[in-house]
Amino acid sequence: MSIKVLADKCTGCKLCLKACPVSAITIVGKKAVIDLEKCTLCSACVDACKFSAIVIEKHAAKTEDLTDYRGVWVFAEQKKGLIQPVAYELLGEGRRLANSLKVELSALLLGSNFSNQAQELIARGADSVYVIDSPFLANFLDEPYTNALFYLVNKYKPEIVLAGATTIGRSLISRVAVRLNTGLTADCTGFEIDLKSRCLLQTRPAFGGNIMATIVTKNNRPQMATVRHKVMKEAAVDTNRKGKVIKEILNGQLLNSRSSLLDFVADITQKQNLAEADIIVSGGRGLKAAENFKLIEELAASLGAAVGASRAAVDAGWMAYSHQVGQTGRTVCPKIYIACGISGQIQHLVGMQSSQIIVAINQDPSAPIVQIANYALVGDLFEIIPLLTKRFKGAL
Amino acid sequence: MDIIVCIKQVPETGDVKINPQTNTLIREGVKSIINPFDMYAIEEGLRLKEKFGGKVTVVTMGPPQAENALRETLSLGTDEAVLVTDKAFAGSDTWATSYILSCVIKKLSPFDLIICGKQASDGDTAQVGPGISVHLDIPQVTFVRKIEKIEGGFCQVERLTEDGFEIIKTPLPVLLTVVKEINEPRLPSLRNMMRAKSAPIKKLTVNELELDKNKIGLDGSPTQVVKIFTPPPRQKGIIFEGDASDIADKLVAALKDAILQAKSHK
Ligand SMILES: Cc1cc2nc3c(=O)[nH]c(=O)nc-3n(C[C@H](O)[C@H](O)[C@H](O)COP(=O)(O)OP(=O)(O)OC[C@H]3O[C@@H](n4cnc5c(N)ncnc54)[C@H](O)[C@@H]3O)c2cc1C
Ligand SMILES: Nc1ncnc2c1ncn2[C@@H]1O[C@H](COP(=O)(O)O)[C@@H](O)[C@H]1O
Repeated sequence: MSIKVLADKCTGCKLCLKACPVSAITIVGKKAVIDLEKCTLCSACVDACKFSAIVIEKHAAKTEDLTDYRGVWVFAEQKKGLIQPVAYELLGEGRRLANSLKVELSALLLGSNFSNQAQELIARGADSVYVIDSPFLANFLDEPYTNALFYLVNKYKPEIVLAGATTIGRSLISRVAVRLNTGLTADCTGFEIDLKSRCLLQTRPAFGGNIMATIVTKNNRPQMATVRHKVMKEAAVDTNRKGKVIKEILNGQLLNSRSSLLDFVADITQKQNLAEADIIVSGGRGLKAAENFKLIEELAASLGAAVGASRAAVDAGWMAYSHQVGQTGRTVCPKIYIACGISGQIQHLVGMQSSQIIVAINQDPSAPIVQIANYALVGDLFEIIPLLTKRFKGAL
Repeated sequence: MDIIVCIKQVPETGDVKINPQTNTLIREGVKSIINPFDMYAIEEGLRLKEKFGGKVTVVTMGPPQAENALRETLSLGTDEAVLVTDKAFAGSDTWATSYILSCVIKKLSPFDLIICGKQASDGDTAQVGPGISVHLDIPQVTFVRKIEKIEGGFCQVERLTEDGFEIIKTPLPVLLTVVKEINEPRLPSLRNMMRAKSAPIKKLTVNELELDKNKIGLDGSPTQVVKIFTPPPRQKGIIFEGDASDIADKLVAALKDAILQAKSHK
């Protein structure tokens, strides 16, 4: 791989200099000069140059025949036979992408003892559903699921494969992408299609959301991405839609797993699944004691919301780790996030700042959470929360 | 028990910003730390070693200054540190990174366990761990919150999911990625801090590894970053102050529609 400036074309206009994210370009004698020590070959300058004066030569670009790959696939995650809501979000977004590429949208369903799950996916917009129904796939296990996806993708060659950025999605798709020798972009929050190249422009937060990056997989197919929960709009239900169900069978050996699932223990502290929640009420050190989390739980109950916590509250033992939001906990993206007695340090913000509406209840008007909140209630949470609980109970 | 821990040096969260005039990453004054989740990976390695004997080898791929991160792990009590660094590795995405690390780990074989953090705080991908396990063709368990037992060539672990945890049994060698709940990292000891200053760090460059040069660095990476930008700032919000009852009324009025909407699409 190498990058060079074509001296006969370069006009010294500095467009590349502005585009370079790592300040690797200087203008010397009206020509751009690239510092190869700094350059990461990101190609931002190539795109910015209006004179085609910068070229990157990829030596080993393995450009297989990309045109063999057609169609948009979404992985329809199921647990105990129940299709997870994130699959409907993927179908909503997948529909849009498939329409702009003028191709079919398909869902992929792995599991056991299915009844009408494939029809549900069709009602949500899938043109076809690929199903592998086997007792070995009843619960998620890395190896057989990887084998199944690998087999189906190789057989049908979709150009895009999307999955939820869930526990299952992240474990599984990472493996499949490596097996397929293709690119994978994690935890995306936005997609566009570049119609000329049929490339998927995948936008995602990096550095905890301080920066956004757009990523493409130019020369490999399929283009794979996991998608953040709750960012994409769920596909609407249309029970009149028709679609194909394609049943596949996986050879016994591919269903083997070296690891085995012995048991599942449900988290009884979580009445609502934090990742899937539309509304989250979170508590922090401002609650002062474990028993005061009852206030948070009551407010959450009045709203049908899930309960979150800051790390300070978790480390103090007031809440289980599974509720922790932030850099070393979960990343959430609900419609409404209500932070009570949380100061909003950066490590907390990176886990929730993509929420649609942020509400802060804090007595300190200078707390960072107040600065980013859509609605900031400055006052004593011990007074305000019980009032809110009562009002919401009455109003909803 | 021979344990390999993979760590990444990352910029301290919050320090990373884009200069709005030039649209470039501001690098000056950005402090580097060990990726927070990797601290739990190191601690778990140390605890297993204390229980079963053996050694903990820490591996990182990164620029030469990642040596500092390795010295920090030595001050916590790890046995060996390997720095994988070469210009040829620059620009590697998660595919290429996990490929390179798997080649390094093959060279360090045999091992019983590889431990990674759940994800790195700069990219948040959670892809490198699973990638390594595929390249090495060993089983993996992601998001481990507890190692229940290791015996007879198997380990039994708890894997955190969105709605609880799974108990998984898997043969060794295996790759685990760990979450914060698994332990509380220790502080460096004086003795180890002294040792860390001068302990040798093994350096590996591209020529010392058996790997396919077409699969590394930017060339070997299927994904490419084509644009970086600052997210649009959040709209300036509304502040309610004063009488609590008043404030509560105002919020309910302001949120009611949004709440009904959030609930209705269910
Ligand atoms: C490597 C690393 C990783 C981290 N990861 C995370 C993470 O994943 N998640 C996370 O949350 N943190 C994380 N942190 C910790 C983070 O930096 C903060 O320390 C933590 O978020 C603070 O929690 P808090 O807001 O609850 O507490 P505090 O910062 O103590 O804030 C309490 C707030 O409550 C308000 N308050 C007090 N009493 C009242 C009252 N009666 N009424 C109204 N308001 C009141 C105060 O004004 C204050 O703003 C991490 C830190 C590090 C170094
Ligand atoms: N460059 C690297 N060197 C060593 N280990 C790494 C590197 N990048 C990622 N890892 C490991 O992989 C985990 C997940 O990283 P990521 O996939 O980047 O989120 C980290 O917590 C580390 O354990």
